Amino acid sequence: MSYQTIEQETDLAENTDFELRSLDSICINESHLNHPWWYNFKYMFAGILFGIILVKSEVISWFRIQEMFRLQSFHMFGVIGSAVVSGIISVWLIKKFKVKTIYGEAIELPSKTFNKGQIYGGLLFGFGWAITGACPGPLFAQLGTGITVSAVTILSAIAGTWVYGYFREKLPH
Amino acid sequence: MEPFFCWGNNNRRSTGGAVLMNPEAVNINPKLVAELQSYGIAAQKDLLPSEIFSWPQLLTAKGIFFMVFGGFLIGFGTRYAGGCTSGHAIMGLSNLQLPSLIATISFMAGGFIMANLILPFILNI
Repeated sequence: MSYQTIEQETDLAENTDFELRSLDSICINESHLNHPWWYNFKYMFAGILFGIILVKSEVISWFRIQEMFRLQSFHMFGVIGSAVVSGIISVWLIKKFKVKTIYGEAIELPSKTFNKGQIYGGLLFGFGWAITGACPGPLFAQLGTGITVSAVTILSAIAGTWVYGYFREKLPH
Repeated sequence: MEPFFCWGNNNRRSTGGAVLMNPEAVNINPKLVAELQSYGIAAQKDLLPSEIFSWPQLLTAKGIFFMVFGGFLIGFGTRYAGGCTSGHAIMGLSNLQLPSLIATISFMAGGFIMANLILPFILNI
């Protein structure tokens, strides 16, 4: 997917939906270094740590999500709030000291541009968040805790991304 | 339903062997416990209420709504919004991006509408 996007962005003449594709800013920072496959294990360790934190902080609990949306507890707001505060400090430090990746590449944080999809899609995402008690990352953590039926939710979510891609040109952005 | 990351799970009561898994029910607000009880959902140590999220429930109307339709909205909404809670609410806000703030407010608004105005009706069915 990432290679496809890069190819399409460099080939402007044939790219008819450049404006829409440019919203996929997530692919801009793709690393082009070639390493042996086992170099990817470091991402697995980061992912395992992230999964443990998602479970231990209870942010993937359906009950905690219901509580958050009923304003009955500070728990979720505290977790997300402290994540944002430490994120702001981290991003500020990365920019201030021009921190490089462990391979010496510059870290680029592309600015996002507004489009109406952030409102319409955001509302739909919020509906799904309240229904399932999970967002994309936690879906996999749910599966990891042994709730095997979450595989169905994951497959539905993947189907949702595919259907979005199919109808993308017809949706208001 | 045995958790993978729960070493010593079988005898955790006697040995206190639960390393990573919390053996108690999630400590949620008593008001929510009472509300969920009226829908027939008990507070439990599972992360998801087993009354809704389980294989036997999958082909019921509720199961299809909560797992299939709910999952679909997550995937569709994430791509439509150009990011999820990680991408917009945490990373985007950390990078002080206004579009991410708009997306985050929309996430929360959608959740408030669903949890307070729509789910009570569906859970009562």
